[in-house]
Amino acid sequence: MQLDLDGITHYYGELAALANINLSIRSGEVVALIGPSGCGKSTLLSIIGGLLKPSAGTVHQVGAAPAGCVNPLTYVFQDFALLPWRTVDGNLRLVLKDHGLSRGEQDRRINAVLEQTGLADFRAAFPKQLSGGMRQRVGIARALAVNPAVLLLDEPLSALDAQTRTILMDEFSTLFASAGITAVYVTHNLGEAVRLAHRVVALSRRPGRIKRELVIPLPLAERREGMAELAACEAELWQQIRAEAIAADQELAHGS
Amino acid sequence: MAVETRAVRYRAGSLQPRLFKWLALSSFIAVVGVLEILAASGLLPPLAFPAPSAIGAALVDLIQSGQLWPHLNASLIRLAIGWSMGVSSGVAVGLVIGTNSVARSLGMPWVAAISTIPKIALLPLFIIWFGIGEGSKYATIAFGTFFPTVINTYGGVNDVERSLIRMGQAFNLKRRTIVRQIILPATLPSILAAFRISASIGIILLVAAEMVAAQHGIGAYIMQQQSLFQLDRLMAGVVLLMLLGLLVYGLIALLERWLLRWR
Repeated sequence: MQLDLDGITHYYGELAALANINLSIRSGEVVALIGPSGCGKSTLLSIIGGLLKPSAGTVHQVGAAPAGCVNPLTYVFQDFALLPWRTVDGNLRLVLKDHGLSRGEQDRRINAVLEQTGLADFRAAFPKQLSGGMRQRVGIARALAVNPAVLLLDEPLSALDAQTRTILMDEFSTLFASAGITAVYVTHNLGEAVRLAHRVVALSRRPGRIKRELVIPLPLAERREGMAELAACEAELWQQIRAEAIAADQELAHGS
Repeated sequence: MAVETRAVRYRAGSLQPRLFKWLALSSFIAVVGVLEILAASGLLPPLAFPAPSAIGAALVDLIQSGQLWPHLNASLIRLAIGWSMGVSSGVAVGLVIGTNSVARSLGMPWVAAISTIPKIALLPLFIIWFGIGEGSKYATIAFGTFFPTVINTYGGVNDVERSLIRMGQAFNLKRRTIVRQIILPATLPSILAAFRISASIGIILLVAAEMVAAQHGIGAYIMQQQSLFQLDRLMAGVVLLMLLGLLVYGLIALLERWLLRWR
């Protein structure tokens, strides 16, 4: 499935958050959205998945969702959004509940994604018993269980410590490279963006506009931590957004 | 010149209150003991405050004479029925007001207006409506426990983490599923707090209603002993109410531990 963003503009009251964003996310493509804090990248992600109504513009879904998809646009949240009173298994089971899947099909899917994310031994654990990294793996497993057409990842590694982040970044890299997943990945970390995305879209500071698009010219599967080519891409992007980031940092908070 | 060396002093030890069970228990024993000594020495006139041993004897007599059960039974049934009606409807209404704009707009002003009425003031009205018997007692307790339950439940729904509800919406869960599987469990701590508050209110209204018009019940028993000037028996009734309160709190604590074991 392809997503076409057509003239997305958003205001929070008087405050312009996004100005006329036009962007296509092609099937099988991972697009990273980066930009200074407050530039509206998370706002844009909420709009893409229908969790926020834009002031103007439309997001179009082009083409059919893959077979077995019960929730085409599926989020992985920064704060994991796991229900603390449900076990790992229960958290996954909940999102399969209202989609007419048989009990057997639910079990099959849960087993498959738990296996894939290395959580098979943790299915009876409650979220509070898990480390941050494990919690986010549950978040990823939950998203994969619905067999999504597009994954929408909202700073999925921001709540984790640096070491866990590195480990999960490798896992994301493997996942994106192997499964041919379509994804929009919001981050403020340029290293994550150049490592995981086919294409990086940099937004300007508020109101967010597309400032720069950069295609990372290496296949996902060949990218490794600390490669010179990736460092060069990162440096180039930083050149582009550095001034924006400094200006954004010095802005006064405005309402929300 | 010698350099002064000192160990860093631990400063974060204060303001960490703990409950010492032995101290809690011994305060009970101490108060009972002091009252007993005061009574025995004649400093506490028995016509004003009977000795703890006399209260204990009255309690034993109440049990042995077989009078306890009819009173206790009547009170427990009234409390159980009235309180169950009040909290079950209160939780339901609180959830609806918490999740539905029309219900909130229509319900909140009434809840705010009615909840401040001392419910015992409505007992005369309820006696006219539901009769002098059990109906008016159930109604008073139910009505009195309903409002704090609504307010606590509704407040709990408001405090449910928005991100969890968004998660449910983002996975296309049905509204009913979001209310039952996300909002209701997240509100459970507030609902259990409402159980506690409403249990106290329920006992107050129970006793007040029984004092006004009842043959049996702890409140009726206390009134009878007052008219006979049997202070030891009157105090035995008060001790029974203390025990009833402790029992109810204990049961709610057990329920809390079981329902909130994920915390």
